[in-house]
Amino acid sequence: MAAEGASASGTTPGERHAIGISFGNSNSSIAYTTIEDKAEVIANEDGDRQIPTILSYVDGEEYNGQQAKQQLIRNSKNTVAYFRDFLGQDFKSIDPTHCHASAHPQEHNGTIAFTIQDKEEGEPSVITISEVATRHLRRLAQSASDFTGKQVNSAVITVPTNFSEKQKAALTKAANDAGLEVLQLISEPIASLLAYDARPEAKVADKIVVVADLGGTRSDVAVIASRGGMYTILATAHDYEFAGVHLDKVLQDHFAKEFIKWNTTDPRENARSLAKLKLEAEATKKALSIGTNANFSVESLAEGIDFASTINRLRYETIARKVFDGFNRLIEGVVKKAGLDVLEIDEVILSGGTSHTPKIASNMAAIFPETTTILAPSTTPTAINPSELQARGAALQASLIQEYEKEDIEQSTHPAVTTVKHLTNAIGVLTISGDTDKGVFTPVIAAETAVPARRTIHIATPKEGGDVLIKIVEGGSHIKVTKPEPKPKTNGKKDEDDEDSDSDDSDDEPEDVREKVWKVGNVLAEAAIKGVKKGGKVEVMINVAGDLAVTVTCREVGGKGGVRGNLSAP
Amino acid sequence: MTTHTQVNLPLPVLPESWSGEKDFKAIGKLSAATQRSIEPVGPHFLAHARRARHKRTFSEDDRIQAQENVKKVEDDDSGEISEPEDPMMLSRDAKDWKSQDHYAVLGLSKYRYKATEEQIKRAHRKKVLRHHPDKKAAAGSTEDDSFFKCIQKATEILLDPVKRRQFDSVDEHADVEPPTKKQLKEGKYYKLWSNVFKSEGRFSRIQPVPKFGDENSSKDDVDAFYNFFYNFDSWRSFEYQDEDVPDDNENRDQKRHMERKNNNARKKKKTEDSARLRKLVDDAMAGDERIKRFRQEANASKNKKRLEKEAAERKALDDAKAAKEAESRAAKEAEEKAKAEREQGKKAKEAAKAAVKKNRRVLKGSVKDANYFVSGDASASVIDAVLNDVELVQGKIDADETAALAGKLNGLKVADEIKGIWSAEVKRLVGTGKIKDGDVKSLA
Repeated sequence: MAAEGASASGTTPGERHAIGISFGNSNSSIAYTTIEDKAEVIANEDGDRQIPTILSYVDGEEYNGQQAKQQLIRNSKNTVAYFRDFLGQDFKSIDPTHCHASAHPQEHNGTIAFTIQDKEEGEPSVITISEVATRHLRRLAQSASDFTGKQVNSAVITVPTNFSEKQKAALTKAANDAGLEVLQLISEPIASLLAYDARPEAKVADKIVVVADLGGTRSDVAVIASRGGMYTILATAHDYEFAGVHLDKVLQDHFAKEFIKWNTTDPRENARSLAKLKLEAEATKKALSIGTNANFSVESLAEGIDFASTINRLRYETIARKVFDGFNRLIEGVVKKAGLDVLEIDEVILSGGTSHTPKIASNMAAIFPETTTILAPSTTPTAINPSELQARGAALQASLIQEYEKEDIEQSTHPAVTTVKHLTNAIGVLTISGDTDKGVFTPVIAAETAVPARRTIHIATPKEGGDVLIKIVEGGSHIKVTKPEPKPKTNGKKDEDDEDSDSDDSDDEPEDVREKVWKVGNVLAEAAIKGVKKGGKVEVMINVAGDLAVTVTCREVGGKGGVRGNLSAP
Repeated sequence: MTTHTQVNLPLPVLPESWSGEKDFKAIGKLSAATQRSIEPVGPHFLAHARRARHKRTFSEDDRIQAQENVKKVEDDDSGEISEPEDPMMLSRDAKDWKSQDHYAVLGLSKYRYKATEEQIKRAHRKKVLRHHPDKKAAAGSTEDDSFFKCIQKATEILLDPVKRRQFDSVDEHADVEPPTKKQLKEGKYYKLWSNVFKSEGRFSRIQPVPKFGDENSSKDDVDAFYNFFYNFDSWRSFEYQDEDVPDDNENRDQKRHMERKNNNARKKKKTEDSARLRKLVDDAMAGDERIKRFRQEANASKNKKRLEKEAAERKALDDAKAAKEAESRAAKEAEEKAKAEREQGKKAKEAAKAAVKKNRRVLKGSVKDANYFVSGDASASVIDAVLNDVELVQGKIDADETAALAGKLNGLKVADEIKGIWSAEVKRLVGTGKIKDGDVKSLA
């Protein structure tokens, strides 16, 4: 990521005090790493860990976060909200829909600006988007400085995967103006994944992960190949039609209708009533993510009439079904876009505020096979708060790189280092299962692994020991669909693939049984280990160099010597 | 990446017919790869970047990383605390904690104010493991836990930044005595004072403290050092030496009195400390050869111009004087020369005159010898006429011609010859226009 091109402030590694910032369209969060290298999200002075990305000016005083959000009702013209996506964009290409109820963006000298009364007296001033972002980031940095007791001077900031270089440059500039050195800009889904992978109990594994970042105004989904802790994005999708505000909208409409039933006026026709309705709908949505029932009550919603009502989760899930289905399609679509099948996904990480919704997690569990881990609060008790994932990931990255020189970071993130060859096929060893003479493919290095790569595997030998043959082959996976038989034969030939062996799911009895099978491709090499002890094991280490030359080392576990061979680069 | 996947399915048995060189047969090659970019995030990426940039292989990188880790452990170990324990110290009473040397109790007397929090914690743990009362009881000794209490008190004070500063303020063991004159005489001026100021510098609010330096320090450094210490901003305080304030609620006045007394004592001590430091710096400065040198150098450079100017003036003066002298000498010489010349000229003139006289005598004598150009006795008138003519010729010719004429006439006795010469002379004179034809009849 060569985004951090022309950053001005160059602090030396020694005096750096870095945090992670997740700068979202709706909410931002800040995180730091504790002495034990654990990322912790910082609460601002109001006690919020999700700080609404909103700035408001009342009588020349600046409000930020939740306090500013309240100003959307009374002081909407002097309140700037949902501005992150405008950074570094042309006025032509922005979508101002969400700013309807706050200060409106306008074109100003080729950039985007807001007209805000930010001083006590005098004319309203025109504030460019860059200045707005700077002010917001300055507030975030201030909150972090107050919390940690040290002046924060550098940060890792998360950005969506579809941020252009121009937008990244604009964000970097805004951060520099706020007195923050941008150590690195990292992709939001990667930050979420890193937050999970940095947990002490997490093991380094080869897995395919879907990160669904369901935010307030947009949803971004990415399919990531995680190979030995290295991440490669295989496909991404961005959606602005299904997001948190659309769930709010459903609730707004629901309660507006109920209000109309008792009173004749429509609260949606009055701007202030609409703002109140919106704010309370959001609170209700959050309450429904935690409990099965939620209250909705607004004082003086319209024409001075108070309104109070309740809703249960089932009702909510029914009326919001359209939006939930949208999420499902989005996620299924991106898996397909990556050329994969849901069976090949090992993990689904739900991140972003909207991911608290239990229905979304249960929908995911239905889409993906049981072997897939759905990391969301309602399905996995140990899941990390989805709203905090990105900030945590950024903080972890910040703590990893803050001791490096700026130059070092730039060189390491240079495309020459980050662009590498990825294996198209898996490399594995042929083993035998009890009843077939034909070999069974056991993957050692998965497909989409970045080279150079090295993997080691321990393989059992026949009970009586003796001489064994190691056949190194390439393998491809494909999805085998079997018509359901009256009595499904469980685990016939393919039970060797331990990940997908139990594919006789109860809910798809009438449907076809789908399973992932390996197809043996090219034979790469053969090696022999002679005189293996009884019950001994063989260690096979495959090392693929950057130019695709392969080194295979086979030896008996605990034995000396071994067989070593090379395959030249293609 | 070091995790080994375990596979329980067995490997096939080697067929009889299989054979390969060194038990290995390369058969195929990998199929072409796709270029993708990996996300530059996470510890494993950093490892990858490190390998890629330094062109290391996996095993090389593992080895280098392992070596680096080992080194770190060693560094930690070298900071271990192992000091012999003074038996006197072990029998201390914890109640007397104010006079206790907390660093010595924890075995950190080598480090003192330099000890890090980490070191203190580690030292505390080590001491606790050794001196825990339960251990002593188990060993059969009395239940004497006084030293354990000392340890706890020391840790309490040293781990509390405020209390630690108070203790450090009055920690005399960390002070370095200023060198005596005797010591200074032995040289080592810089080393001794440097140690003194290093220890004084620990009280500075502004860190880092400039170094004392050595004889080669630049003027700026030395100035910076003295400026720093003359404007020393010290955090030193003397609460630690307060007398105990009675905290029973019986006598309020007594309590307030004590507090006031303590406050005054603190202020006094603080002032004394500032004065002490000032004197210390004065002393150091007084003996500082560098300051003297810098002053000399500064003076030298200031005087240099003045001296140059003076020298120039003096030189100009000297030059003028010399010129004048030379002139006067030349004048004198010229005068002397002229005088000599003049005298010589006089002599020559006189000689010439004498010669002319002599020649004239010769001329006159010649006409007499020639008997005035007549035969027989010459009449007075003839003699007169001839002599007049001779005088006339003589008056017309200069000294040289006279001499030449005299030369021609000298020795001649024959009247005709004399007459011939005279007439030739007259003719010449007439030719030159000096005498008119007919003026000199008798000689023609």
